[in-house]
Amino acid sequence: MLTKRIIPCLDIRDGRVVKGKNFKGVRDVEDPVELAEFYNASGADELVFYDITASVEGRPLFTDVLRRVASRIFIPLTVGGSINTVEDFDRVLKAGADKVSVNSGAVKNPGLISEAAEKYGNQCVVLSMDVARYDGKFRVYTKGGRELTGLDAIEWAKQGESLGAGELVVNSIDTDGVKNGFDLEMLSAIADAVSIPIIASGGAGKKEDFSELFNTLERVDAGLAASIFHYKELSISDLKAYLNAAGVRVRI
Amino acid sequence: MTAIIDYGVGNLFSLLSSLEYLGFEAKVTSSAEELEKADRLILPGVGAFGDARKMLDSTGLVPVIKRLVSGGKPLLGICLGMQLLFEKSFEYGEHEGLGLIKGEIRPLEPDIKALGLSLKTPQMGWNSLDFVRPENKLLKYIKNGDFVYFVHSYYAVDCEASLVARVQYGVNVPAAVACENVYGCQFHPEKSGETGLKILRAFCE
Repeated sequence: MLTKRIIPCLDIRDGRVVKGKNFKGVRDVEDPVELAEFYNASGADELVFYDITASVEGRPLFTDVLRRVASRIFIPLTVGGSINTVEDFDRVLKAGADKVSVNSGAVKNPGLISEAAEKYGNQCVVLSMDVARYDGKFRVYTKGGRELTGLDAIEWAKQGESLGAGELVVNSIDTDGVKNGFDLEMLSAIADAVSIPIIASGGAGKKEDFSELFNTLERVDAGLAASIFHYKELSISDLKAYLNAAGVRVRI
Repeated sequence: MTAIIDYGVGNLFSLLSSLEYLGFEAKVTSSAEELEKADRLILPGVGAFGDARKMLDSTGLVPVIKRLVSGGKPLLGICLGMQLLFEKSFEYGEHEGLGLIKGEIRPLEPDIKALGLSLKTPQMGWNSLDFVRPENKLLKYIKNGDFVYFVHSYYAVDCEASLVARVQYGVNVPAAVACENVYGCQFHPEKSGETGLKILRAFCE
């Protein structure tokens, strides 16, 4: 049977790895290629790279990082951040990405999902959504969690699936950076609404958070985290050994 | 030299990089001449079977591949490239394959549902290999139970004679097949970490 996937996420700005707390107070950490190699060696099942470079001039820096990573590391690579057009898909796929994640760009233009799915296949299109509770509902935010949209998260997830998204990243703004566990309530509501793989994001602070996630929500396929891994608070190999002992099937 | 057959389907960056990383000379090509010169061929592929078959036909390389393979040149099909090696596929209609390996391609979903299971399709992620023919060359450097990375909604059936390794995903899914010098991997060796690199090395040696 398939294993549950552990996915470290690297936010890249101007060719360097950064990670914010609640999306604010970003701090420069390490070299992306070095960090990617470290994660690969410790058993990461995939790597996600978010390009948070603000300027268009900075894009080549990111594709260069991606190309260097993809020439040395042979596990699935997902790229997100500033993906607004099919040309953006093309640019990162040619630099070695396997999957491309869309967020604000798909909220602005949902047709981007179907257009890209038709051109590159559903497996290539990952819909990433930043979600928080607002007025008693799960709502979609854009611009790194700063802007509330009119979208209901469950409806948006369903729409994304029907447009051709092959996977869904659900990032809870409410638990992101808090390190007190994944947002099980939010994940459960969304996972029940779609049948594509769900990647949980936001809130991982210790290994028990992952076992709770997978043992509680069978329909969640992967857990994504950033700071817990790259500040070396928790190593992926230790996490996987722990999960294996806790009855969660992982690749060791 | 290993020729990666380019027929306009899929992203060949990782496949080429993985072979270069292993120190094997490799070329992405759609030239019959390069295929002739190559020591071995790799047929990649993602997307739908019917479209891929049309694209492959339009390169005019099908008779070349068939002739080289019957002359003994090793060929490895990957993912949809493996499925193309079979006799036919029932992906959106009925399409003829290359017929280099006996068997056909069917959708996973109805067969999983028929067992009363609610597994997601495509099968996307890491699954562990169960060796059927451990002596096969592709498995030379890896162990029974090693994990490889899959992304697929269709799978091969009626191919017991060529079955090298399988994985369990509700049904038994053929993961690696071989018939003399023709090999196939349903998974992506170029995305399967160390295990995948070892499989590519075994094929290229």
